[in-house]
Order: sequence, then C-alpha cells, then structure tokens
Amino acid sequence: MNYDVTIIGGGVIGCAIARELARYRLGVILLEKECEVGFGTSKSNSGIIHAGHHSATDTLKGRLEWAGNQKWDSLCAALGFGFERIGELTVAFTPEERATLERLLTSGRAKGVSGLEIWEPARLRREEPNLSHDIIAALHAPTAGVVNPYEACFTLIESARANGVHVAVDYRVEVLSRGEDGWTVKGTGPDVASRFVVNAAGIFADKVAAMAGVGTFRIHPRKGEEYLLDKRLRGFVKRIIFPLPTATSKGILVIPTFDGTLMVGPTAHETEDRSDITTTLPGSDEVFESVRRVVPGISERDCIAEFAGLRAAAEGEDFIIGPTAAKGFINVAGIQSPGLTAAPAIAEMVAEILADEGMDMVARDDFVPAVPPHVRFATLPLDEQVRLAGDDPRYGRIVCRCEHISERETVDAIHRGAHTLDGIKFRTRAGMGRCQGGFCSWRCMELLARERGVPITEITKRGGGSWVIRRREDGEKP
Amino acid sequence: MITGQATQLKGRYDVVVAGGGPAGLAAALGAREQGAQRILVVDREREAGGILWQCIHAGFGLHHFKEELTGPEYAQRYLEQVLEKEIDVLTDTFVADIDRDRRLKLMTGREGIRVIEANAVVLAMGARERTRGAVRIPGTRPAGVMTAGFAQKVVNLHGYLPGRRAVILGSGDIGLIMARRLTLEGIEVAGVFEIMPHANGLSRNIVQCLHDFDIPLYLSHTVAEIHGRERVEKVTVAPVDAQMRPIPGKAWDIDCDTLLLSIGLIPENELSRQLGVRLDPVTNGPIVSSGMETTMDGVFAGGNVVHIHDLVDFVSQESLLAGRNAGLYVTGNRPPTDNIRLSPGENVAYCVPHTISSERPHTIYLRVRRPMEKCSIRFGTVLEKKLSYVFPAEMVTLTVQPKFLENFHGDALSVDVVAR
Ligand SMILES: Cc1cc2nc3c(=O)[nH]c(=O)nc-3n(C[C@H](O)[C@H](O)[C@H](O)COP(=O)(O)OP(=O)(O)OC[C@H]3O[C@@H](n4cnc5c(N)ncnc54)[C@H](O)[C@@H]3O)c2cc1C
Repeated sequence: MNYDVTIIGGGVIGCAIARELARYRLGVILLEKECEVGFGTSKSNSGIIHAGHHSATDTLKGRLEWAGNQKWDSLCAALGFGFERIGELTVAFTPEERATLERLLTSGRAKGVSGLEIWEPARLRREEPNLSHDIIAALHAPTAGVVNPYEACFTLIESARANGVHVAVDYRVEVLSRGEDGWTVKGTGPDVASRFVVNAAGIFADKVAAMAGVGTFRIHPRKGEEYLLDKRLRGFVKRIIFPLPTATSKGILVIPTFDGTLMVGPTAHETEDRSDITTTLPGSDEVFESVRRVVPGISERDCIAEFAGLRAAAEGEDFIIGPTAAKGFINVAGIQSPGLTAAPAIAEMVAEILADEGMDMVARDDFVPAVPPHVRFATLPLDEQVRLAGDDPRYGRIVCRCEHISERETVDAIHRGAHTLDGIKFRTRAGMGRCQGGFCSWRCMELLARERGVPITEITKRGGGSWVIRRREDGEKP
Repeated sequence: MITGQATQLKGRYDVVVAGGGPAGLAAALGAREQGAQRILVVDREREAGGILWQCIHAGFGLHHFKEELTGPEYAQRYLEQVLEKEIDVLTDTFVADIDRDRRLKLMTGREGIRVIEANAVVLAMGARERTRGAVRIPGTRPAGVMTAGFAQKVVNLHGYLPGRRAVILGSGDIGLIMARRLTLEGIEVAGVFEIMPHANGLSRNIVQCLHDFDIPLYLSHTVAEIHGRERVEKVTVAPVDAQMRPIPGKAWDIDCDTLLLSIGLIPENELSRQLGVRLDPVTNGPIVSSGMETTMDGVFAGGNVVHIHDLVDFVSQESLLAGRNAGLYVTGNRPPTDNIRLSPGENVAYCVPHTISSERPHTIYLRVRRPMEKCSIRFGTVLEKKLSYVFPAEMVTLTVQPKFLENFHGDALSVDVVAR
C-alpha cells in the first residue's frame, strides 16, 4: 500500500508523531520491531515530565523540554493516561550547592518556568519530613510531573489508530530504498511504500539513518538502572527529589511514580552493547548509597523490582531533528532525556518539518482527540464499584491481588491491544505489585489465551522467544 | 472434589475467615466447635484448600491424622468436615478490605462487590513467595525466571512444563519438592544453590528430593547473574564471601532456560496492615495472644499469615486454636487475658504466641537464628528443656504447662536457646 508517511519506531516519539499526524488528511503507517509499541526505552525510564529549568535554552533539547512540558495536561485530558504534576525539589547540602540553586532559579525564571521557589529548612521539614536533615535548602519546581510512560505510548497509538493511522508490530525495518516518488521500506513484513520516512528508531536511529544512506551520526547508548520499592513506602516523599551532581554521582533521584510507589535511579553508564539492559550489583549499590544520603529511610530491603533502559545519546548530546540529504528522510534521533517530556513538542515540530518539505497538511475535520476512558476500578468510590460490578460481575473477579485489578480491566486491556503478559502489566498494573506476577501471571495467561483464541503455550512475556510454559513433546519422557 | 458453597450471602456473620487454605478451614471448624452460628470462609481461588491442591506429593498429616497424605487428600478431609458442619464457603471472592468495625469488602466473581459485617474475623491469608526483586539478582529480565510455587502450579495443576533445563535458587521446601518433581517430569535440574551455609528446607526433603535423585546442593552459593534476552539462556553461579557477595573469580556459567526461585515465604498481611493490626517485624505477621487474637479486638489470626510454618499440621493446629477463640469471643466466653509476655532472647528469632497466661497450657512455636547441637531451651528460670539439635529451617514446638508458672510472678519471660 502507498502511504504519505512511514514512521519507523513505536516509542513515545514515534507514537506521539503518529497521533499528531493523525490530525491531518494523510496516510500514515508506523512500523515497530517489537511485538507492542513502547517496549523500547519508552517503558524503561524515570517517567518524569521535567520542570523545564534544568537544561539550557541554547540546545534543541532545552527548548523542546519546556515546550513539551506544557503540553502534557491537554494530552492527559484527552487520553487519560496516568499523569500528575507533583513537583520536584533539587536539594543542596552545602553553601556552594545553594549558590547553584540560585543560578538554576534565575535561569529557570528567564525561560519562563513558573512557580520556582527556594525552600528553607523549616518549610522543607514540614513538607518532606523524611529528607536528610543535612539538606540546607531546596529549589521547588511545581511544574514537574510524573507520567506512566508506557500508558502514554499505548493511548497515543490507540488514538492514532482510531483516527486512521496503520500500525504494524513485529516489523523490523531492514532495507530502505529511494525511488522516483518516494521510499520503499523492506523488513520482517510486507513492503511499504511512502513519500516520507520518519526515523524515530531510538537507540537504532543511526542504523536506520545508515539504511537511508545518511549515516552521519552515531548513537552511543547510556544505560540507566532503576529500582522500584514496595508500596509500603507510598508517601514517604511526595515530590521528585533531585540531588545536585557530585564528583561521584550524576544524580540519583527519588521518584514517587504516578501509581504511588517510589522508584530510585537512574545510573548513567556508557555501554557498547545495544541489547544491554542488565541490572548490576555495582549499579544497585550506587543507587542505594546515593539515595541514602538524601532520604536516609530508604534501603535495598524495600526493593521489589528493577529494570534498566538505554538513553539514545548522540555525539554532541543534543537531539537531531530535521530533514537530511536523503530527500524525504527525516531524522528524529538522539532523543535521550528529556525525550519523554519533549515528545509532544517534538511531534508538532515533525509536522512542521513535513509541511516545510512540501507535504500538503490538510487538517481533518473528523479528528477525535479522546480515547474511551480507562476504568481504574480500585480507585473508584465504593458506590461506583458496586454499580459497575452489578452490571458486569467481571469487575468483581480479582486477577491481580496486589494492585486489585479485575478481570474486566484485564480483558479490556487485551481488547485495546495487549498481546503479552508485559502488555497487560503495563496497561493495568497486574503483575507490577509486590508479588511480581506470582499470583496473576497464570490468570493473565488464561485470559489472553481465551480472548485471543490461542493455546496458552503461545502466550509470551513480551513477544519473540519469551515463552513461559510449554507442552510435553511427543515421545518425551515420562 | 467437594467444596462447600455459600448459597446466599448473608449481611452479617458471627465469624468470617479471610482465606480458605488449611488455616482458614481449621479456623472455621474451631469456631463451630465453640458454638459460633453463622460462619463464612472466603477464598479468592476457584476452590478452597489453598496451596494444598498443587502439593500432590505425600508428607502431609503425619502429626494430625497419623498417616501420610497428599496435599489434596489433606484438603479434602478438611473440606468434608467443613461441609458437614454447614459452614459457608465462598470461593472466587477476594477480601479487598476490612475496617475497624469488622466490615469486610468482598469482590466476588458472581455477585460483584458486597460489604458484610462480622462479629469476629480470623485472618488466614497465608503467605506469598519472595520474588527476584527482593534479592536483586543482576542481569537481564527474561521469561523463565519464576517462583517454585508458580512452576508447581503449572506442572501439577495444569499439566504443562516450565522449561527444559532448570537451576534452582534457594533451598526452601517448595524448591526442593520441585527439584524432584521436575526431574520426574524429565526436566534436568542442574543444581540447587543456597546462599546460606545451611539448607533452608526440612532434612527429609534434602534427602528424598535431592540426594535420592543425585541433584547437587551448593551451600554458600548464589546466582550472580541471569543471562538471556527473551528467555533465560544461562545463569552465572558463584560461591559467596562472608558478606554474602558472589566471589567473581570463582564463578561459572550453567546453561539453562529456567530459574526457579525458592527464596522464602512472606506472610501476606496487606489486609492486616490496612486494618491497623500490629505486626512483629521478625515474623512479618500479627502479634498474637495465646488465643491467637491480634492487637485488635475480635480479630484473630492463624497459620502462615502469622509466621511461616514447615508443616501443614501445625498450621491446622494453630488455626484451630484461633478459630476456637473467635468462637469463644462471639459467644461471650472469652478467657481471661494473658499475663506473661514472651521475649525472644539468646539464639531465638521469634516466639508465637507473643503472650501467654499462667492459667492455661500453651503450645509455643519458635525459630532459632543459627544451628546448635546439644542445647536447651530456657523459659527464664522456670523451665528448661533439652534438645539434641536446633536448626533455623525447622520450627521448634513445645508445650508449657501452667504448673511451671505457679511460682512465677513477673510479667515477662525471656526465651533462650543455649548450649549445654
Ligand atoms: C533510565 C532512563 C531514564 C529516563 N528518564 C526520563 C525522564 O524522566 N524524563 C524524560 O523526559 N526522559 C527520560 N528518559 C529519556 C526517554 O526515555 C527517551 O528520550 C524516550 O523514551 C525516547 O523515546 P523514543 O521513542 O525515541 O525511543 P524508544 O522508546 O527506544 O523507541 C524506539 C523504537 O524504535 C524501534 N525500532 C528500532 N529499530 C527499528 C527497526 N529497524 N524497525 C522497526 N522498529 C525499530 C524500537 O523497537 C523502539 O520501540 C530516560 C531514559 C532512560 C534510559
């Protein structure tokens, strides 16, 4: 089929671009090599919508960070993913560090970041009693927020699809060729032809650019390890806590996630291996040692899960967004932190670039911005729960006992796109709690098999070869 | 298979038991024995009986029934009694919340959300398995890393296989039992790796599940790294130093597609926490009196929710007591309160119950911190009992008769395990 635009990569950047382009009368397809969107770096990050004052305005990422920050409220209103502006505190231990806070305050205000304020110890003790008493001041930024980044990806793509964008998963792009009137994309699915190609391939963006003959940059992945803590610590700190970078640490954060659990991390270490999402003992030591300095009550004993993600850093450390020497091939590369924050602004920028490059951008009058609301049953008031479960008893049947997720919510997640155990987990939280799927995995597998009409042995953790159980083979003992 | 079913959910019960495993079933019978009228057992699974259904091996009931039963047989005997005593059992139902007025919020697959009231509650939610996050094993996060209990469910209840070649981390009883089960199913078990210098399961399981099948047990060893992107491909194992850190120079790799975790059980006390019951930081279970009453009036607890037991027989025994006391409570026959606090001393990790009465006989359960031979247990200066050996993996059970406390007038007794 012939498209106007092919987007390569279904991370938060690709998904945001897809939804942005869905506003126009365009034929758009998004190709993603994993079995679901968002399974790359976009689900493995800190989930922070940065306040806007940390990075300098003379970089693209500095500009897009603040621009992106301001777009999350309306996006959340339409798509209903988990997002809340909980604010952040950057803490100072010494008079020198305090001076740095003053500088951040001044430059942030100059950028237009609202509400910045320095908190003295008395205020700090009152608002955040569990912070170290060695902290002498903190810069409060109320514009910072937390988001469930995977939910953002899932709902962005759901909205894009509902407005006509095509999506192919398990599609790894392998060859790009430029013809008379556009590009032919070949890979692990049927060929795709389109006028434009948008490269949003994350840590593989340099490889994809090379396929188009414009391999002018190199991505050097930088790994970040993060550790999730038991929800017993809910509310232990209420805002995102940033230390100032020290000689030994680039800054390990304490992040109250949207769902209320605390997360600590990330580390920042260069890695050669683009598949290296291992967590390590030194990484864990580094995280917990740094965190203890800021919030002494947190220890590794509270850890319930860990993960690592790769930042797609390019040389020069800035985003690389724009047209290339290959006509119709547009890079959206080097999208390291604050890429998540910037995503909605990046998407709009890509639409402008397409217009500049000669694409006829006619707005659709039938664009539907919202997706149907997601029911978070456990958070509803009792009378509402009684009513919903009265209409559909599947709301009463528990699937995940830690997060209190019902069968109905799980089935909805499957019908809205979950293909795998991780797909359910990142849509509903089933399996994210303290038992880490010990209880719900089997129930989720049964529901996936039932709703998708496949044998239970075909259910995977996250696609590909990530099978969970197998059948005894013919002739196998006993 | 017989299970009871509540025909019609009532608005108020004398005793509601949260959890229908061996603890909950015994508690319900105890409450009935003491004259409680309307009794309800609630369980989130499709059948009551708890973990017993997937424990198809023998070794249950030796103490209680004086014969060797399988898990399902043991469950069946209790379920039959529960039915006979006309105790309501509501399965496919999750107790989502209990408040201070003993109102229980139930999520049921059949009736939606219901709130019921109870004159007394017995907490019998059992325990869950510790997972990978709790021990922070470095490496990738592929499919194929699972708790031993999950593998047991897959194999024994559903007839599938969890992999082709397995390594087991932790020497807890479920891991040992699964080492044997997987071997019998044709899955090779490359070894059991235990970070402690001693095994964590019962000696009889070490012999019957590992030695009899030539499965190696590596003490003071751990899994240092998990490899494989989609499915487990191999694990790195290594001996550990005194700080329990893997010694890198001595590590080696084992090809496998499955890593079973048998690294301990944690009492499942989410409901107890919401309710505000006080917990013991060592057991992670409620602090209980000799009648198995928690720090909250009319709320009792028994079984693994209180502390982790090695044998179901003791779970039943302890929970029967919890149920009886719930029955006494609702019929207005609650015994006088305890007057002596037990405090764990030398080489004692914890004792349950936490308090006793000088008026009544008691069964005391305790665990030691480290193995010891030729030792004795002392209760202050009033009682001393000789033991040939003690072992952290084996719970110590002993009875204290009131006659020993006749001349004791203090309010706390230190419990110590000391060398003779
Ligand atoms: C530890 C960590 C913490 C972070 N914290 C924050 C934060 O708090 N706030 C913030 O704003 N940012 C944060 N970031 C950065 C943010 O996560 C990224 O900027 C953002 O997720 C990048 O999105 P993406 O879509 O470019 O990349 P990805 O999510 O990696 O998406 C790229 C997609 O392309 C697909 N792909 C690649 N090659 C091909 C191919 N050949 N064919 C088809 N598909 C292909 C991949 O499978 C992948 O799904 C963090 C990053 C890390 C690693």
